[in-house]
Amino acid sequence: MLLKNSFLVFKKDLSSELRTRYVINSLLMFVLVTISIIKFALGDEKVDNEILTGLLWIAIFFTSVSGLSRTFVKEEEKETSTALKLSTGTDSVIIGKLFFNLILTFALNLLILILFILITEYQIKNLSGFLVVIVLGNLGLVSASTIIAAIISKANSKGTLYPVLSFPILLPLLITVINATKLASLGVETDKLFGEIQILVSYFVVVTVTSLMLFKFIWED
Amino acid sequence: MKSIELSAENISKSYSGKIIFKNFSINLKSGDSVSILGRNGSGKSTLIKLLTGLIASNKGKVILKVNGSTVPQNLWYSQIGLISPYLNLYDELTGIENLEFFCSLRNNSRDDMKEKIDFYLNKVSLFDKRNEPLKNYSSGMKQKLKLIFAIINEPGILYMDEPRSNLDAEGIDIICQTAEEQKKNGILIVATNDTDDIQLCEKSINIEDYK
Repeated sequence: MLLKNSFLVFKKDLSSELRTRYVINSLLMFVLVTISIIKFALGDEKVDNEILTGLLWIAIFFTSVSGLSRTFVKEEEKETSTALKLSTGTDSVIIGKLFFNLILTFALNLLILILFILITEYQIKNLSGFLVVIVLGNLGLVSASTIIAAIISKANSKGTLYPVLSFPILLPLLITVINATKLASLGVETDKLFGEIQILVSYFVVVTVTSLMLFKFIWED
Repeated sequence: MKSIELSAENISKSYSGKIIFKNFSINLKSGDSVSILGRNGSGKSTLIKLLTGLIASNKGKVILKVNGSTVPQNLWYSQIGLISPYLNLYDELTGIENLEFFCSLRNNSRDDMKEKIDFYLNKVSLFDKRNEPLKNYSSGMKQKLKLIFAIINEPGILYMDEPRSNLDAEGIDIICQTAEEQKKNGILIVATNDTDDIQLCEKSINIEDYK
């Protein structure tokens, strides 16, 4: 029942998004603009991987911050959340929206990564370690962003509140994931990234479990 | 047939120190119907939201029982139908997609769901428009679809907040029929300013008496 309803919420969000392009179009433009600015700023300069890793995560972070809040904000703005509240339990809603944000973020980040490598000649010497770190970083980012989106959807100043609230919560994740991405790109072996990987897994588990426990109070006003 | 009981004991609600209502109590069981009256902004909708569990009270409690057993608040939704101006369906989905989505969430089997949806769409004369997105519906058509959303699962308690909004004569007739049917099987609560709506219910409560 929980998984079925979560899937129904996810499917509804996906078909709704594909029809309205409420988030996708603005995020695609955001990605293109960000990548273009990075290209214009770097020109033909050869830049170290340390700096490029920072730039890559700036693009990923701000793309996520710009888009992930929309799933909940839209429900509140269009006053559809009441119908949802009267049709299913709170866990199905948060899990469904989490899956939708995961799919959206992974698709956009794949695009960012491909464009970023093409324009900056970013070298990845330990590809498997790099992919593990990127996937875990994204899981943590989406999990935290989704619950923050639920909180700010109840506020009046939604747009400004989101980055303010998300930055301190995402800071431990960002510090760890940027460091691990940099090390993987420089060719450090995956087993030597184990400490960072443990932190990223723990962050995702803790934030997801806390979200499931707290969402009821946020959603029920 | 299941028996439903709804009781509210001394519930109060205030926002930022402003009292909306205080010490409101009510006891209702299957077959009861009550209209909640009061001028605009008097707190009728807030009371409905509180009784449906959409918002929490500052004081007091609301208890919902089915066949004598208390229903936990996180499962109230399975016993409640609500039609109100602050409840919208998804504009980008078609009428039938909206109803299928909400019926599936409420665990209706596919065949049962299709039969019920077709029946109600015919009843409110929206069958021909079922494959159009809601953004193409008029406000009256949306109100009829919201009525289907409220009653399709045969709720134990049906809340109607300003139910006649945007409806034509045919729509109003359907509201009256629905109210009569609800009174046979469950509890009906109507929040209204309309004198015709008051006639739908046996009892009336003025929210202004709880200020």
